[in-house]
Amino acid sequence: MIRVVLPAHLRTLARVDGEVQIELRTDATPSSICDALEERFPALRGAIRDHVTHRRRAYVRFFACERDISHDSPDAPVPAAVASGSEPFFIIGAMSGG
Amino acid sequence: MSKIRVLVGTRKGAFVLSADGKRDDWTISGPFFGGWEIYHVKGSPLDPDRLWASQTSLWFGQQIQRSDDGGKSWEPSGNKFAYDGVPGTHQWYDGTPHPWEFARVWHLEPSLDDRDTIYAGVEDAALFKSTDGGANWSELSGLRTHTTGSSWQPGAGGMCLHTVIIDPQNPKRMFVAISAAGAFRTADGGQTWEPINKGLRSAQIPDQDAEVGHCVHHIAIHPTRPDVLFMQKHWDIMRSDDGGNLWREVSGNLPTDFGFVIDVHAHEPETIYVVPIKSDSEHYPLDGKLRVYRSRSGGNEWEELTKGLPQSNCYVNVLRDAMAVDQLDKCGIYFGTTGGQVYVSSDAGDSWKAIAHDLPAVLSVEVQTLP
Repeated sequence: MIRVVLPAHLRTLARVDGEVQIELRTDATPSSICDALEERFPALRGAIRDHVTHRRRAYVRFFACERDISHDSPDAPVPAAVASGSEPFFIIGAMSGG
Repeated sequence: MSKIRVLVGTRKGAFVLSADGKRDDWTISGPFFGGWEIYHVKGSPLDPDRLWASQTSLWFGQQIQRSDDGGKSWEPSGNKFAYDGVPGTHQWYDGTPHPWEFARVWHLEPSLDDRDTIYAGVEDAALFKSTDGGANWSELSGLRTHTTGSSWQPGAGGMCLHTVIIDPQNPKRMFVAISAAGAFRTADGGQTWEPINKGLRSAQIPDQDAEVGHCVHHIAIHPTRPDVLFMQKHWDIMRSDDGGNLWREVSGNLPTDFGFVIDVHAHEPETIYVVPIKSDSEHYPLDGKLRVYRSRSGGNEWEELTKGLPQSNCYVNVLRDAMAVDQLDKCGIYFGTTGGQVYVSSDAGDSWKAIAHDLPAVLSVEVQTLP
């Protein structure tokens, strides 16, 4: 079980409160986490990564275990603590004023 | 008595303003999709309780929302806008080729004859169509792949397809406008397109009367006369009497002919409205006075309309999709400002009042006249 923390706008789109818990059928990577999220919450398709290329949107970041893993390979395993569910996988909207 | 529903898209959400046919007492609901940019909200002419909203964010991309109960509840529709084939390139600001990249939906135009069909004008400029209530979108790529497409360049606001007009007498004929490529027309439902920019002159491009490259800000028609088009270009108010084959300038006595909006009275096809803006480098009204100008002669002779509008220290803008008219006997005119005001005139422009004062910056205004 993976715990995912979504930013407020994506929680609204997905119509969830608080953390989301998802089950993966494959190794836990940013890609497989996004695949599972989009399957469960179709409204998130295109909101975290591009529909076609699956590239992370420029102003979306992935944090895990106090580290920004946005630039790691999307197919690289996430830290073991995230894979085990003891730490959440954070999807973050970049900070901005206005 | 009829009811009026005003659909307002803003930088931070959508709002629905409602009143009875007197248009005196207004209720405001919203924000819907708070915090998101709502470029456009529009209702189906066949089913007025079916509304569409373009919800967009630099962070989280594009959503299309649909309501089937007049805006009380909304459901996300399909949001995959993939260009047809290999999209190729257009000109970038520095003149170099730049890949076509989807950014957002600027304008939603519901079909006049099928409630499940809707068109979307997008940035980078292209036209998409859904025939299944918004679940799936396909590009009408004959527009983007026009022989001139690779030479189109974005204006400062992006290369947006912002105006979509369906000919009420022949739905296969449509008009679109792109900043900064110009106006285009199809006669076959969007399969093939031709530029219709003859007569436009733009000092901002090297060849001032080029076939494409003009920064058209908005086009409006009266539904009974689809061959008569009115255009607010970057600078210049233009008019065509032959469906866009040839344009002539009708700026006449306007104090400045820069601006974004233009619209036509619901019952008087020769009565048109604009909001002059000082210049392309100063996007606010001249002399700090917010003035609508009305021509009852289809252009050239204009009268200023100021009653109820701020006449000092007003430095808002009125963006291209932020003016609309209702269908009541005494035609109502509506517009929204970047200062968050929505103004209504229930006497065809003679007098105005603000029906919302402090919304986020207004991007679009549409009006529904309901039974």
